[in-house]
Amino acid sequence: MVKMTGAEAIVEMLKRQKVKHIFGIPGGATLDLYDVLYNSGLRIILARHEQGAAHMADGYARISGIPGVCTATSGPGGTNLVTGIATAYMDSSPVIALTGQVNSQAVNSSYLIGRDAFQEADIIGITMPITKQNFQVKKAKEIPSVFKEAFYIASTGRLGPVVIDLPKNTQKESAEMDFSSPVKIRGYNPIYIPDPVQIRRAVELLCNAERPIMLAGGGVIASNASHEAVKLAEAILMPITTTLMGKGVIPENHSLSLGLLGMHGTIVANKLLHETDVLLNVGARFSDRTTGTLDDFCPDAKIIHIDIDAAEIGKNFKVDLSIVADAKRTLIEICKQITQKMIRKERSVWFDRIQQFKERYKDLLIKEGGLKPPKLMVELRKLVPNNTIVATGVGQCQMWAALYFKAVEPRTFITSGGLGTMGFGLPAALGAKVARPDVPVINIDGDGSFRMTEQELATSVLEDIPVIVIILNNSMLGMVAQWQRLFYGRRYASSELKDSPDFVKLAEAYGVNGVRVGSVKEFVNAVKEGLNNDVTTVIDVPISPEEDVWPMVPAGAGLRDVIWSAEKKK
Amino acid sequence: MWVKKNMTIYQTYILAFIVENKPGVLYKISNMFRRRSFNIESLTVGPTENEDFARMTITVKGNENMMEQLTKQTNKLMEVIKVTVLNKKNTVMREIALIKIFTVDSKTRSDIIQYVDIFRGHIIDVSPESLIVEMTGESNKIDAFIELSRPFGIKELARTGVTALKRGIGENKK
Ligand SMILES: Cc1ncc(C[n+]2csc(CCOP(=O)(O)OP(=O)(O)O)c2C)c(N)n1
Ligand SMILES: [Mg+2]
Repeated sequence: MVKMTGAEAIVEMLKRQKVKHIFGIPGGATLDLYDVLYNSGLRIILARHEQGAAHMADGYARISGIPGVCTATSGPGGTNLVTGIATAYMDSSPVIALTGQVNSQAVNSSYLIGRDAFQEADIIGITMPITKQNFQVKKAKEIPSVFKEAFYIASTGRLGPVVIDLPKNTQKESAEMDFSSPVKIRGYNPIYIPDPVQIRRAVELLCNAERPIMLAGGGVIASNASHEAVKLAEAILMPITTTLMGKGVIPENHSLSLGLLGMHGTIVANKLLHETDVLLNVGARFSDRTTGTLDDFCPDAKIIHIDIDAAEIGKNFKVDLSIVADAKRTLIEICKQITQKMIRKERSVWFDRIQQFKERYKDLLIKEGGLKPPKLMVELRKLVPNNTIVATGVGQCQMWAALYFKAVEPRTFITSGGLGTMGFGLPAALGAKVARPDVPVINIDGDGSFRMTEQELATSVLEDIPVIVIILNNSMLGMVAQWQRLFYGRRYASSELKDSPDFVKLAEAYGVNGVRVGSVKEFVNAVKEGLNNDVTTVIDVPISPEEDVWPMVPAGAGLRDVIWSAEKKK
Repeated sequence: MWVKKNMTIYQTYILAFIVENKPGVLYKISNMFRRRSFNIESLTVGPTENEDFARMTITVKGNENMMEQLTKQTNKLMEVIKVTVLNKKNTVMREIALIKIFTVDSKTRSDIIQYVDIFRGHIIDVSPESLIVEMTGESNKIDAFIELSRPFGIKELARTGVTALKRGIGENKK
């Protein structure tokens, strides 16, 4: 037992959990916490909007694999975090959000919580459906155990965000703190070890398959199982397609990589999926953007689903075999049991078919001439090292990056997959750079998305976190405009961004480098320069407002009905 | 095959939850039901023999797929210790209803008293124009009594919702 204030206990707990950075904005209800953080040795990073702070913590967590911490004051501080927390929740990212709260107990006769005090918001009620768990500290002495539980919950099982609400008095008051109590949560027992019977059945199905495909999701990356996934794929000649969250599981230049699946997946993945007889889904959740209409989703395949979250089994899609366990341990077990002579079907036919498909559609959509996003992404890949991290905005820019910037290592591509949060790119890139200061970090953004969190350029300057921002500037809410162009008779309701500021001047106003490019050559030079700069570089890339993202599976269609030009639209 | 919501016929399911007995748990569970579009028909809650835990009995309409999702989603909540879909065959279920019925004349009064007798209920309050019946039993018995009383004129009605326990030994906590 040690006597200290609640705020001191919070910082002690952060240190014990190996936290080194905290992203946030202070306020009345977190003054006590910030006062202790001030000379704690932790790096406090001042964001310019709490949404940015949450995305930074999220970007940090996705890259490092350990919880990222953000903080905000009570009321509007907490509500500003909400979009960031929901983003982390949808993509199962371990973010810890600390919110200030008004006094929960009489302090100088002011007992406030529940009385609509100044800057009071029910952040517990608000964040309940978008967190894995949340806590309101009632007494300072609970802080060590609450923090232990919070970090344990965020970073085990299916990862996810946790909110800790800290009434001001619990930060201020002193108590005897017990840091030694073990974590025990009766209703929480994540399962990691796969059931051996299910493993045997999976091995059987895979060995008997003629045309197996693996669908790898974010779960593979979260459990650091990319190596095992590729090893299994190579052992049984099973190609891998990924979800947006699974991008990077297999090097996308690998002969067994089919690229992305889904609404904006590759032609190859979307068409071949229809032919598979055994689909092995590892850590993906059959989201609607990935499957297209379920009526036409690999109709002839036996489906195996591996997920650490039992509630994902059968949620969207009924499967033939399920394994609730950690992806890495499951893949290791499967690999162990498969030997070459067990593979009863000839796979070379399937392998050849895949290579033929890949050859047929290779570079089909990468056009030369002018500033075409696919071409720019291909050029970018050539310029930057393999460990370069890419973060994205949301919209066409995101899909161009996902389709045409080939990831070759896991944890090098982060994007708001589940929630599709515009504004994720820049702050997530900053968080990623804090996690990996040694590698280049590039935010591939849209002009609309960038403007939702552009103020974090100030954070990048003040905190000395240099990144490269590439704005694919179509002066449009491009993805909205694409749908209006294809399905709403070109009626561009509210999708034109005619008022966009001069991004070069805007960058300069923040004290970062700004450059506008007019050709692929200038783009290449600007990126090269950005890589050598020790301040952030914003590259404004004016592109045609009429550019569409191809391929595309129209809403309501099956994956094999993928189209890759407007003429093919039925 | 994908999970079509209306693939099978809907029926009433009774779910028993053992949950942590602390503030906010009821909100959390009901909020999850709302978010995932499950409709609660009735809900009872109270402490168990161990005051750290509360028992919730929830009846919902749905099909088997929905119950599977529902139990998995509720199991995910850390405050939920155990969820069981009760099998009606080996479960005792009880509900209490308080029914205030108009008694305009002595004929109706004696008719009602007779029905209450047959249904093994109790009359727990009498006033010049009405009386209150307490009826305990399975929900369909209560439904039947209510239907029978309707012609007399039901002034007010309060039902507790179902509470239930599995027969014999069992119900060990995880
Ligand atoms: C916060 C938020 N608001 C609205 C949307 C809907 N939306 C999806 S894509 C998009 C357009 C994005 O424009 P931009 O960032 O310029 O990217 P582009 O599609 O032009 O590449 C919009 C408005 C969203 N995803 N997120
Ligand atoms: Mg745009």
